[in-house]
Amino acid sequence: MSHLLEVRNLVTTFRNEGKEFNAIEGVSLHVDRGEIVGIVGESGSGKSVTMLSSLQLIASPGRVAGGEVYLEGIEQNLLSFGSDSEQMRQIRGGRISMIFQEPMTSLNPVLTVGYQIQENVLLHTDLSQEEAKKRTIEAMKMVNIPDAETRYDYYPQQFSGGMRQRIMIAMAMAPNPDILIADEATTALDVTTQAQLLEMIRRIAKETNTAVIMITHNLGLVARYAERIYVMYGGHMMETADCKSIFHETRHPYTRALLRAIPRLDDPKDRILIPIDGLPPVPSQRPDYCPFYARCEYRCDRCLQHTDAAMKEVLPGHWSSCCLTEEELAAREEELQHKDYGASPERKQSDKLCLDVKDVRKYFPVYKGLLRKKVGEVKAIEDITFFVRQGETLGVVGESGCGKTTLARCIMRMYEPDEGQIIFDGEDVAHRKDNELKAFRPKISMIFQDPFSSLDPRQNAESIVGESLLIHKLVKDRGEYAQRVDDLFRKVGMDPALKDRVAHEFSGGQRQRIGIARALSSNPRMIICDEPISALDVSIQAQIINLLENIQAETGISYIFIAHDLAVVKHISDRILVMYLGRVMEIASCDELYENPLHPYTQALLSAIPVPDPVTEEGREAITIQGEVPSILKRPTGCPFHNRCPQCTELCKKETPALHETRDGHMVACHQY
Amino acid sequence: MVRYILQRLGQTLLVLLIVSFLTYLLVDFLPGDPIAAMTGGEISGETYERLFYEMNMDKPVLVRYFLWLKGAFTGDLGMSQSYHRRVVDVIGERVPVTLYLSVLAFLISVPLGILFGIISAVKRGSAADTAVTLTANVCTCLPQFWLGILFMYIFAMQLGWLPSSGFVWPHENFVLSIRQTIMPLLCLAIGGIASITRQTRSSMLEVIRQDYIRTARSKGLKSKKVIYVHALRNALLPVITLMGLRLGGMIGGSVFVENVFVIPGMGSLLVNAISSVDIPLVQGCVLLIAVFSCVINLITDIVYVYVDPRIKVA
Amino acid sequence: MSQLEKNLSPEKARKAAKEHKAKNRRVFIKTLFSRKLVLVSSIILVLIILAAILAPVISPYNPNAIAVKERNQSPSAAHLLGTDEYGRDVLSRIIYGSQVSLIVGVLAVAIACVIGTTLGMIAGFFGGFVDDVISRIAEAIRVIPQVVLAIALCAVFGGGIVNMAIILGISNMTVYIRMMRSQVMSIKERDYIMAGRLQGNSNWRLMLRHILPNSVSPIIVTMTQQIGGTILSEAGLSFLGLGISVPTASWGSLVSGGRAYLLSNPVYSLAPGFAIALLVVCLNTVGDGVRDALDPRLRGEV
Repeated sequence: MSHLLEVRNLVTTFRNEGKEFNAIEGVSLHVDRGEIVGIVGESGSGKSVTMLSSLQLIASPGRVAGGEVYLEGIEQNLLSFGSDSEQMRQIRGGRISMIFQEPMTSLNPVLTVGYQIQENVLLHTDLSQEEAKKRTIEAMKMVNIPDAETRYDYYPQQFSGGMRQRIMIAMAMAPNPDILIADEATTALDVTTQAQLLEMIRRIAKETNTAVIMITHNLGLVARYAERIYVMYGGHMMETADCKSIFHETRHPYTRALLRAIPRLDDPKDRILIPIDGLPPVPSQRPDYCPFYARCEYRCDRCLQHTDAAMKEVLPGHWSSCCLTEEELAAREEELQHKDYGASPERKQSDKLCLDVKDVRKYFPVYKGLLRKKVGEVKAIEDITFFVRQGETLGVVGESGCGKTTLARCIMRMYEPDEGQIIFDGEDVAHRKDNELKAFRPKISMIFQDPFSSLDPRQNAESIVGESLLIHKLVKDRGEYAQRVDDLFRKVGMDPALKDRVAHEFSGGQRQRIGIARALSSNPRMIICDEPISALDVSIQAQIINLLENIQAETGISYIFIAHDLAVVKHISDRILVMYLGRVMEIASCDELYENPLHPYTQALLSAIPVPDPVTEEGREAITIQGEVPSILKRPTGCPFHNRCPQCTELCKKETPALHETRDGHMVACHQY
Repeated sequence: MVRYILQRLGQTLLVLLIVSFLTYLLVDFLPGDPIAAMTGGEISGETYERLFYEMNMDKPVLVRYFLWLKGAFTGDLGMSQSYHRRVVDVIGERVPVTLYLSVLAFLISVPLGILFGIISAVKRGSAADTAVTLTANVCTCLPQFWLGILFMYIFAMQLGWLPSSGFVWPHENFVLSIRQTIMPLLCLAIGGIASITRQTRSSMLEVIRQDYIRTARSKGLKSKKVIYVHALRNALLPVITLMGLRLGGMIGGSVFVENVFVIPGMGSLLVNAISSVDIPLVQGCVLLIAVFSCVINLITDIVYVYVDPRIKVA
Repeated sequence: MSQLEKNLSPEKARKAAKEHKAKNRRVFIKTLFSRKLVLVSSIILVLIILAAILAPVISPYNPNAIAVKERNQSPSAAHLLGTDEYGRDVLSRIIYGSQVSLIVGVLAVAIACVIGTTLGMIAGFFGGFVDDVISRIAEAIRVIPQVVLAIALCAVFGGGIVNMAIILGISNMTVYIRMMRSQVMSIKERDYIMAGRLQGNSNWRLMLRHILPNSVSPIIVTMTQQIGGTILSEAGLSFLGLGISVPTASWGSLVSGGRAYLLSNPVYSLAPGFAIALLVVCLNTVGDGVRDALDPRLRGEV
């Protein structure tokens, strides 16, 4: 049986501080013409390295150390050609194209996009300059770039992120390759843009019978788009099967653990996430047996002897690298069913309002020239009204530029709002001066997105966590200080003995725990969580979500949970606020919002988020909206969403709909209701 | 575009205003009685009085500054006390010599520096790279005045190939002029070549790491094409900024080179002016050099806009 | 729970943290000296510093002792590098000259660093009008070529070791202003500064406790890279007769003094110049080494 592309026992080594280690270990995979294959794995699992190695694009200090790669129509092993050889260069870009994660940096800033696409066409076809230009413009039209003829002469920085990724796709597809590799191609984009692009890739691939290899960490995306799936972990291929089989006849313990750890949009409210304990292995310290052993709930002593990385066929077309038999797995599964993971923590909500925000508006002036003349305003947020009860979690979702961050900073009083009231604990803090905020500061704190930039690299963990105790004089003496810091460490599940270390000695998850401990240190009434888990690996996210839930159950704290991932927000929140271009579109309780979304934007947003279950996915109605989130500088008049809205009327273009209650706590800003 | 240039022009003028004020103040702070220092102290009370009013010493600093600035705009920078001629005339004679040498040295060092930089970045880790990097590192550290004396000792005194000092224009005596300018030019250019080499190399290496280079390689382009089409243009952008600084540096370096090779340029004039406490002349020299540097910076910025599409867009 | 080290006792943890710091230091030193060039330069540098400190012990003659009978001698066993126009021993004067270069270099860099870092931090942190004023003045100072500026300042302050240090400090400080300003502007945007602000840190506390400690690496790198150039400038000014005044021996003035005797005793003029070049090359090599060792991106590369 021959495949379009076949990779056998690929091994790639990296060299670090004089030591060599394998980044991927005997990875095999194959792709057939016209199919969409997904490779899923966490960061460091080796999914990108696999594809870059196959194309010999691994840069020093990495090196392809062994294996075979065969492409249809070429007898020889591709790895036997030199990296810069004529044959390899013909294949790269010509037969196998690749698009990368960062659209902002993946295009050359000093060359026009037309040149960059055309270069690829000329390189791999026999077309003349003229024809190549025609083909280039066709390719730009194919990826829905309006005005392709004019845009041909534009530079990459004249396009938005989503548009640049379209150009990357046009560039990759222009010479009619056999295979398109999309390496986290939509990860950096907004969810609605992501859905548009993936739909488009699927359409183009089916039309041209091109095979697509989707590399991603998002299980939902592969459930929706891939036909066959590979699961990678720690440089090993763990499991492969067709899409439905992976999700419904899951064999490998890693895949099972992953599915138990991620929140889903269609989850019932009380579902408990079961985190995967521990951390992925560091490549240089990976054992020669199964890399998942240390974190596996099914492990047995036999695993330690199993050093063969190859997968075995366990069901027809379903391969797994786990050495346990079906019976053993089933028996263990039975035991795990009865294992007590603890119930969803009981939370006590009061009717008392913790935060009441009324008509908050914040514009940023735009200055130009030497004399700093004010030439305009960025309307960051407008007419924001909502409340948060004590002990409640309010989720805030929205795409880039929707004003989530500005809103958070206004509530934290990093910014002073231009208008409106921010009533916190019965007192309006919206227009207080800096020196009058002293009493307010300890009552509210924040958890940040990036666990690497949110901790001062020069401070040790103790002083990070304890700083506000000292500043606000919340402790009497050194003894009480030490006691409080230790308590905070324990509260977030860290050993106080680690408090002498500095930030970079911790893993991402641990850093986020320290960030949470810092936020808790002043006993606040409310914490604003700004995308607290989106920078973490899937297997770590559940740990942090559970921690936040437990803390809330214990202390009755309120959260504002800001994220772009609706599934996570839905899991943790009681109510959800949807924002778009600086305005509130809809507020409703979680279940109400999911079952009965009113605003067309909310509907599109929900539809854009895939559920990691191919059967559910098939049954879902796809609503894709056109266009991208406009720049905040060019906000449309009337309803900010009107130019993308499928139900737009004349009224929407003229008049901005006000937020009003339709029924029991369900608020929406749309003229339809 | 035009707006950007106008904006930069405005900024430059502002900076120049500050420079001129600082220059004026600086020299005004000279210790002791400037009139006494200038004239050596042996003058009659009458002459003193006349000079005192001539230099507006009776008026406050700001007023004097504005009078001086007004003069500067009309081409009047006062009288040089040591040359007993108008400052403008004294400087006017010297400027072309310095400009001639500096611009020539600049024109030599830019292409050579870029060439060496590319070679060493492309052949990174090779013997050629090591040799270029090492030489460049050493050359940026050599004191120009010492280099001048060393050359003079070797080529003029020992080998007798070149005249040891002096300056004539090419149109006066072509052969002599060429022979006389070789050593000063070398002295000025070596530092420039070395620093441009270093900058080109490091910015090439930086660019090669970028994502768009990976994109270019994933298209199947030849390594050469990746480097010369995709990397080089990006890598040269920071070099442009350096070039502006280098031209200014050349003028600074001419102070030493002119001193060593006895060349009648701005550099040696400045040193003479300082030694003989010729205040108007010092002010004139510094102001002129500052104007010149500002103009170079402005040109650099404008060139940058033309070369870098990123600014054009913004 | 912390997965890697459950239930670590505090003493053990403290010890581990200490070991980790020691290991970091070892890695830094190892990376720094793994290049032979840096190692050799460091050794030469140490030797020059030792020579400066031990000048009274190792100099064969008093550097300022005038011996009219022994004027303008070529190198000989008695005077390894000959004598100058006053019969002073050139070698001794070169050895003493290292003191001037090193003292002026270090002092000037320290002055430039303190003033420049402070101004840069204030400009970057507060932005707006304060930033405009500081930046424009810095730019105005920067457009005058450094040598010209130093020469002009010489006229005001006059020569001498301390004055030279002040002059070179002022003419070098714009480098620190620019570096620190951009450094602060980038650090200011990071979340940990925002977190610090939210915890109620005052502006000054933020600057001193959070921003300054995180700028130490670039400050050190700038200092090590500036010191060579500063020494070069001092030598240049002394060469022009504007810097260190006679009879104090300085390398720049020695080169200048020997010019007239280039034919009879070339070593008199060339040797001190070589000493300048050697010192500056070594300083810059070590400076580059420190930069690369501090920059984790470059670690492990050729």
